[in-house]
Amino acid sequence: MKLKINGKESELTESSVSVIKLLEIQKVDMPDMVTVELNGDILDREQFESTTVKDGDELEFLYFMGGGAQ
Amino acid sequence: MSEQLVIDESVYKEIIAHSFELKPIESCGYLAGKNNHITKLYKMVNIDNEPDHFSFEPKEQFAVLKDSRANDLQLLSVYHSHPESPARPSQEDLRLLKDPNMIYVIVSLEHDTPDLKAYRIVDSEVSELTVSIK
Repeated sequence: MKLKINGKESELTESSVSVIKLLEIQKVDMPDMVTVELNGDILDREQFESTTVKDGDELEFLYFMGGGAQ
Repeated sequence: MSEQLVIDESVYKEIIAHSFELKPIESCGYLAGKNNHITKLYKMVNIDNEPDHFSFEPKEQFAVLKDSRANDLQLLSVYHSHPESPARPSQEDLRLLKDPNMIYVIVSLEHDTPDLKAYRIVDSEVSELTVSIK
C-alpha cells in the first residue's frame, strides 16, 4: 500500500497495518512519546493498536514536546 | 570537534525577547532552517503556563510542521527558557525530550545577561553544540 508519511510518499509491502506496527516499521523507538495525526485527526495513544492504516492514508508523526527547569 | 549550530541574529533576538516577555513563565517554540542553520522561529503556546515546565499543544505542533514544510524548511530545534536556572538540560528535560533528531536550545535568564546553549539528547546522552549567531 502507498502512504504519505510526514509529507513523503512511502510504499509498504503490507496491505494494512496497525498504527503501532507502522511506528515500529518507521523505527520510532518510543511510541509512547509520539503523537500521530491520521488523515487530519489526532489519535489517542490508546488507539495506536486498534487503528488500522490503509492505502492512501496520510500520517504525521511528532514527538511529544515538553520539559522543565527542575 | 563539536557539532555546529548557526542561528540568524534576528531569530536569536526573537528567542531572547520571547523568553523575557513570558518570564517568569517558561517560553518555548520551534526553530526551523536547513543544514543546522536556523532562519525561522515559531513561538509556541506553553500549555503548562508554568515557571518551571513547558509542553506544546499537539494541534499547534502539526500546524507548525506543515507550515515549515510548505516553506521548504525543517524543524531543526526546540527552544525553551529556564527563567531561574542554568542553560543545561534539567532532569525533567532528560526525562521528556526524546526526539533524537532534534537540537534542544535552552535559554537561561538566571543572570542579567541571557545565556543560550544548544544540545542533542540521544538515549539520555547529552552533547553540547557550538552556537554561532550570524
